[in-house]
Amino acid sequence: MEHAVAATPAWAELLYLVAGVLFILSLRGLSSPESSQRGNQYGMVGMAIAVVTTLIVHPVGLPLIIAAIAIGGSIGWFIAQKIKMTAMPELVAGFHSLVGLAAVLVGASAFLNPDAFGIVDGVTGLIHPVSRIELGLGVAIGAITFSGSIIAFLKLSGRMSGSPILLPGRHVINLGLLAGIIGLIAYFVTDQAEWIFWTVMVLAFIIGFLLIVPIGGADMPVVISMLNSYSGWAAAAMGFTLQNTAMIITGALVGSSGAILSYIMCKAMNRSFISVIAGGFGAESDAGGAKAGGVAKAYKAGSAEDAAFIMKNAESVIIIPGYGMAVSQAQHALREMGDLLRKEGVSVKYAIHPVAGRMPGHMNVLLAEANVPYDEVFELEDINGEFAQADVAFVIGANDVTNPAAKTDKTSPIYGMPVLDVEKAKTVLFIKRSMGGVGYAGVDNEVFYMDNTMMLLADAKKMVENIVKALAH
Amino acid sequence: MGFISILSIFVMACFVGYYVVWSVTPALHTPLMAVTNAISSVIIVGALIASSAAVGGSEISKWLGLLAVVLASINIFGGFAVTRRMLAMYKKKDKKPVTAAAK
Repeated sequence: MEHAVAATPAWAELLYLVAGVLFILSLRGLSSPESSQRGNQYGMVGMAIAVVTTLIVHPVGLPLIIAAIAIGGSIGWFIAQKIKMTAMPELVAGFHSLVGLAAVLVGASAFLNPDAFGIVDGVTGLIHPVSRIELGLGVAIGAITFSGSIIAFLKLSGRMSGSPILLPGRHVINLGLLAGIIGLIAYFVTDQAEWIFWTVMVLAFIIGFLLIVPIGGADMPVVISMLNSYSGWAAAAMGFTLQNTAMIITGALVGSSGAILSYIMCKAMNRSFISVIAGGFGAESDAGGAKAGGVAKAYKAGSAEDAAFIMKNAESVIIIPGYGMAVSQAQHALREMGDLLRKEGVSVKYAIHPVAGRMPGHMNVLLAEANVPYDEVFELEDINGEFAQADVAFVIGANDVTNPAAKTDKTSPIYGMPVLDVEKAKTVLFIKRSMGGVGYAGVDNEVFYMDNTMMLLADAKKMVENIVKALAH
Repeated sequence: MGFISILSIFVMACFVGYYVVWSVTPALHTPLMAVTNAISSVIIVGALIASSAAVGGSEISKWLGLLAVVLASINIFGGFAVTRRMLAMYKKKDKKPVTAAAK
């Protein structure tokens, strides 16, 4: 009995396993929108089982615990009801930071009171060496998740500039910190000194902060997926410490989920994970290729009435939303426009680039919020062949993901990134606030200057509302 | 449970995660992040153990645990609720599109 956790009754172990399986089923449910709600319910049941089992097995001061759950639960519930769908990326980043901080607190608590966690070696009276590694890793990953997510949250919510902030010599500093953390955790195995534990924690907080600060807005989908992954690994590390099946399964699920999403996002930008994490993309120093500015090229500008006229007489319109749609909250007006066009007998489809917006699936959620049926919304591979037959490509708040330079210009920083072939449509209507700004990659887009492109220079929402008015006449 | 059997569960779960997550439709990637967020708060199990540490434990350890319970609860309730809210918005074409929102 030197290992108290091993004394968890068999029925409790079994229930933790059931909870883990329910978590697997909850992700499985997301394979289609029809089964997704049931999946979410599996997740809730799994969580309830895990919590209640723990409360039964461990002697707890129930009133305090219930108060804590009630406080946290009502805050969470309230936020979930009030949050705007456009604010989803920063909400997710904020939630990640809480998981990270919770992992740090649990790790610290376990370090201060290892008896309660059953990780004390009966002979030496010290924490098991293996548990020390797990604790160190858990706390380090948790701390990185916490401080990294806080920065991501500040950037996504606009409280901090979205453009990359570059420290000189940051790679050396980061690598040094990382080496320091790993070295200290290794040393922690041989010497269970308090200062090592707390130093690891502090260094991890610092590296999380330094890692995310230099990463620009356009790379946020990768960052947020990566932090998602970290929050899973932190939970898994704690699961190892507690020998808890539910935590280990969940940690592995969440960890791989975030890792796969990061991979998908990197692939959709044709960038390596390392280069994203190295940061700095979209900074002034970085933008090679055709940089905007200098010679003003000729473009055609149009009005809402022109756009309405063109689309009314079209047979098919493909709408390409981007982050700009989210910023100006244009999704409802856009859906109205789609409905009016459909009344005129126009076929309307939506084309989503995997990295459009600030997190994976960002555009899909906003369109769903505006009541756009999900079977009218298509992924890049499924719709890219249709642009050649389309009469109108309607680009709203997207830029880099439509840039043909990614296919042709080897010097462009976005070369090789899969893009939507909007230039193949008969007419391109391109909503943009002004001709001044370029996309996040800092590159000019030749689509602006094509003969069959009409630039609609205005705030996305206002422009769409005006088009709706013109269509309704 | 020995370390190796725990490691086995972990490695197997990584593979399960790999296949399950690839089967998630890209349209639901945002709800996926929200729900993984909620379930990773299963770390509340550790927080509950920490705050239950009555015998011989330091008071600080207990309060750290309680704070972690609060944080994890925010995530659990917030994560599942916001996922539910999002998923409720995904609708198929079948019915006529809502026309109520005219102007």
